[in-house]
Amino acid sequence: MSEKKERILSIIKEVSQEEIKEIPNSTPFGVIVKKEIILLLCEQFHNDPDLYFDMLSCITGVDNGPEAGTMEVIYHLYSIPFNQSLVLKVILQRESPEVESITPVWKTANWLEREVYDMFGITFHNHPDLRRILMPADWKGYPLRKDYKHEEYYRGVKIDY
Amino acid sequence: MKGLLDQQFENGGVIITKVDDLLNWSRLSSLFPMTFGLACCAIEFMSTGSTVYDMDRFGMVPRATPRQSDVMIVSGTVTFKMADRIKQLYEQMSEPRYVISMGSCSNCGGPYWQHGYHVVKGVDRIIPVDVYVPGCPPRPEALIGGILKLHEKIRSESRMKPTAIEQLMNKDAQHV
Repeated sequence: MSEKKERILSIIKEVSQEEIKEIPNSTPFGVIVKKEIILLLCEQFHNDPDLYFDMLSCITGVDNGPEAGTMEVIYHLYSIPFNQSLVLKVILQRESPEVESITPVWKTANWLEREVYDMFGITFHNHPDLRRILMPADWKGYPLRKDYKHEEYYRGVKIDY
Repeated sequence: MKGLLDQQFENGGVIITKVDDLLNWSRLSSLFPMTFGLACCAIEFMSTGSTVYDMDRFGMVPRATPRQSDVMIVSGTVTFKMADRIKQLYEQMSEPRYVISMGSCSNCGGPYWQHGYHVVKGVDRIIPVDVYVPGCPPRPEALIGGILKLHEKIRSESRMKPTAIEQLMNKDAQHV
């Protein structure tokens, strides 16, 4: 575990050249990274023969609310040969939540990012097909945002009970 | 009215009945439901079709297309994304067509009534419903109860609506 952890930290240090912020009490081990380097980091983690994170388990979106003014995207990586998990977190500004898509590394990120876009309105740059996946295409608003208020009617049907 | 086959054949093989009764009897004895389900209620719907509950004894054989179906059993949560499809399926059914709303979700939104921004609060906001079956999900017995309720409704239908003449005749009968 510890040598893998050191390898992870050294890669992050190489790429970002900044102080590393670990997520406190995170299980599995997690790191907060800058949004500019997320694609580069994922490529490294995927290709590195000592880590070989070949699976993207999950992408989560988090809205911290208008007061905090931030949103988060959390990536859960897993290495099948080394039985190793890793959490990467990027923090975005709530006014313009944008981050680079990681579909070039893992194809499964396509639908995961579409879901995060659908629920939170976070834009993923260079995504091959960024449109809603769960809600209808003409739905207004992003339902899992803290300040979300749904419309009164959808296509002439009242939404409220 | 008794079912035609329940009547005794003692009039030389001749049965006298009303056209309404004959048509109603034939309709309610072979209600083909549409094969489609939306959520966990669909599991109970499938169970109703299985050997234990044997939906086939009511002449109900699930059909794969709305064109051949008589009754649509809306079994599950109706989301706004699904609502258009359900409406289209309903419009594709040929008349006479009936709708059974199965379970709390399609009756009124069910557990999603307050915070379910994506759920239509009752399928009757989209298409007309004949019978509501309560439950979450309803047991197969409850669905069969709903089907029998629909039988009752069909049995009392009429091609014509001779209510005015009926009233007139009743009045005449009273005078005589």
